[in-house]
Amino acid sequence: MLKIDKLNKTFAAPTGDVIALDNIQLQVKKGEFITIIGPSGCGKSTLLKIVAGLDTDYTGAVVLNGKPVDGPSIEKGFIFQEPRLFPWLTVEKNIAANLSLKDPIIRTRVTELIELVRLTGFEKSYPRELSGGMAQRVAIARALLRNPDVLLLDEPFGALDAFTRAHLQEVLLDIWQTNRTTMLFVTHDLDEAVFLGQRVIIMNPRPGHIRSVQPIDLPFPRKRSSSSFQELRHKVLSEFEKVEEPTIDVGAGI
Amino acid sequence: MQVGIEKSVVTPLIKKKSRVKNRGLSIQVSNALLSILLIIWEVAGALGKLNPILLPRPSTIIREFVSLTASGELAMHLGVSTWRALLGFLLGGGLGLAAGIWVGFSYKTERLLDPSLQMLRTLPHLAIAPLFILWFGFGEASKILLIAKGCFFPLYVNTFLGIRSVDGKLFDVGRVLQFSHWQMITKLIVPASLPNIFLGIRLSISVAWLGLVVAEMMGSSTGIGFLINDARSFSLTSVVFVGIIVFAIVGKLSDSLVKLIERRMLRWQDSYKGEGSS
Repeated sequence: MLKIDKLNKTFAAPTGDVIALDNIQLQVKKGEFITIIGPSGCGKSTLLKIVAGLDTDYTGAVVLNGKPVDGPSIEKGFIFQEPRLFPWLTVEKNIAANLSLKDPIIRTRVTELIELVRLTGFEKSYPRELSGGMAQRVAIARALLRNPDVLLLDEPFGALDAFTRAHLQEVLLDIWQTNRTTMLFVTHDLDEAVFLGQRVIIMNPRPGHIRSVQPIDLPFPRKRSSSSFQELRHKVLSEFEKVEEPTIDVGAGI
Repeated sequence: MQVGIEKSVVTPLIKKKSRVKNRGLSIQVSNALLSILLIIWEVAGALGKLNPILLPRPSTIIREFVSLTASGELAMHLGVSTWRALLGFLLGGGLGLAAGIWVGFSYKTERLLDPSLQMLRTLPHLAIAPLFILWFGFGEASKILLIAKGCFFPLYVNTFLGIRSVDGKLFDVGRVLQFSHWQMITKLIVPASLPNIFLGIRLSISVAWLGLVVAEMMGSSTGIGFLINDARSFSLTSVVFVGIIVFAIVGKLSDSLVKLIERRMLRWQDSYKGEGSS
């Protein structure tokens, strides 16, 4: 469904070119939940931006549903680290954005989505009246309204407190299980990666490359305290300990 | 499972009440100060301490105001002045808005137009007025154009600034949601620069009144500016005061009107409104 082949990306820097992504190979099946984890500077966000079509300066191939990615489109929903809502629009209008709420189909879908992200009662609120977690849920609903083939999430819960984060992880799993949207979720939080992903892509920096892929064969809902969860968590963690600079965020999640 | 309701706005009722009371109090204090000043002025005038030609008593000014209103003279002059200010504002402000949008959108246009426009901006009304009279005569055209020239720049500068300060991160959102070019303008750039545009409108309107006085004093037989100038040459100081007061009231009213519209349209804004506002 999503195929990334021999993807290379270099940044021009005054001290010479920096290789941001080195020969990335990845295939994502329809409906799969992939988490990408790695320390800062490993190129995980760059990879996501390329898949989104926000960055087209690369070599190699990124193919979604048989079509090469050549720019941003609604087939690739993108959730930024910050909610990035339009401050002048209410919650429901933010979700609709450039679509008209007067259209009965859109209207029904928006109402459904507000229910799905558990924001019923806040339809007419402005972004300034929302907490960080609520705002991020609006952003998720905004992407889902466009029925994306794949949802790209760039550390979406990174700025939230631990409780809100755990709650939103559950909301997201809920959405995934209801809609079966393919998810590509970038994080720097080990527990989050293992808790959400069916496969965890482990990336390392200098140059940014995929170090290994760890399948997580645990059924949902997962229990963080279970021994099998802890075992897999250790397995992923050990991949990082081989690197001299363990900048990964251990235990920031719950 | 509702997380984050704690942040929704729940202002304690008691606090709000005391705030309203406070505001009422400060208005009373400012009114009292003004009344005391007027009383001192009136008494000093009645005692003959003030030269009535330079500083007529408030009661004289009020009497003059009433008689000018009763004769319909004031309304006629005000009507003419308002019409000129409005036309000049619409013309200059409209062009300023258009130019601001145009220059704001394109770096090329900015480099092409902005330097010359900035140069024109610094030219004072009084320096330009003789030229306008030479070109367009003493008629309405020169007056309206002079006002328009003043109104152009505040809207131009602020619209341009508003467009350039749109959060770049929201552009990425627009791209991801596949906004068309037109939607980028109407759904993103215009609403985001609206606070600046409103500031420009308010500044333009005050400049319109300013330009009006200059225009009407240059040569005119109607308008509040003429009324003031004419009264001055006959040493009718109380009429000059009436003219000034009318300008002050109309200026304040027009500004309040825009502010009201602004508050309606920018309800989403989350900025510091100052200590003691509710």
